[in-house]
Amino acid sequence: MGILSRSLMLLRLLNRPSGHFSLAFLTFGGFIAGVMFWGAFNTALEVTNTETFCISCHEMRNNVYQELRQTIHYSNRSGVRATCPDCHVPHNWTDKIARKMAATKEVWGKIFGTISTREKFQNKRLDLAMHEWARFKANDSLECRNCHEYAYMDITLQSPRAADHHERLLANGEKTCIDCHKGIAHELPDMSGVKGWN
Amino acid sequence: MRHQNFARLACFRRGMKSRLAAFAGLLAMAVLTISAAAVAESLATLRGNAIKQEASAPMMGKQVNTDLRPVRNYPEQPPTIPHKTRGYAINLQANKCLSCHSRRGVGRSQAPMVSVTHFMDRDGQILSAVTPRRYFCNQCHVPQLDARTMVDNDFIDAEALPKAKGK
Repeated sequence: MGILSRSLMLLRLLNRPSGHFSLAFLTFGGFIAGVMFWGAFNTALEVTNTETFCISCHEMRNNVYQELRQTIHYSNRSGVRATCPDCHVPHNWTDKIARKMAATKEVWGKIFGTISTREKFQNKRLDLAMHEWARFKANDSLECRNCHEYAYMDITLQSPRAADHHERLLANGEKTCIDCHKGIAHELPDMSGVKGWN
Repeated sequence: MRHQNFARLACFRRGMKSRLAAFAGLLAMAVLTISAAAVAESLATLRGNAIKQEASAPMMGKQVNTDLRPVRNYPEQPPTIPHKTRGYAINLQANKCLSCHSRRGVGRSQAPMVSVTHFMDRDGQILSAVTPRRYFCNQCHVPQLDARTMVDNDFIDAEALPKAKGK
């Protein structure tokens, strides 16, 4: 039996009304199964959206996580901190799913050990950073703005230098957060040739 | 006999001398100890605790963040940094300071450009970028803390020096 005829049979089966199950069973059963599926899907999604999950791999734990711990986004006077997904996964659902799908590439990288040593990681650092900068640039630094939104900044409380830059460049949308605030949570790659660093 | 007596006398004298010296030494030590104790009572040391104890860390000061250019105490003084520099990378990969203070960076940032001496190699030849020997900014330029001085500073500004001498 060829594949074609087999798939035709399956199509016919799916197209026929059920002879064994009641309509109520199919409706409510389908509903409950849907709820369970959705719940499981979301739970799994949220599990992958925690810092514990991120640093369960040594690539993240030994490199970027250690660097983050030195910065103000990890340790500061008020004790509010950012975890990996706060900055690296969009909070909006559709964007989040898109990012999660793109992140399957990271599973590939994990399996084949693309950055399995510090040396490999350092060599690839510029590439990886470029991706993140491009993502932030494209979404107008959305993940920064989840906490730091220009509309709620009291410019008068900022240092004159910061106030000037924010009013002059951020307010009119000429620049976005990531244009100036690179390397605030991790070490920088080789910045020679990066715009704004010459 | 006479010789013997002389010898004994010399011996006695030597003994007396050494005893005297020892006494004087002891006396000096005692005086020193007493005066040291007196000084220790009156002088508050910078350490603030016994030498064997681990000193508690001083309070963290606030970094000056006014962005106002500070006056230099003498013309060759590297100007201090009037802003915070937490997390600024200065290493082989990147130099955060130069992203604002470099020749091209000042256009974006409106910050003062690093002085032209930083572009000179050791033969006085001016290069197109900051020379490696001037690359590590915080070897000379440092942020300031808004802190009380631990000891009084009697530095006299060069302008005021002739007047101060005349007094």
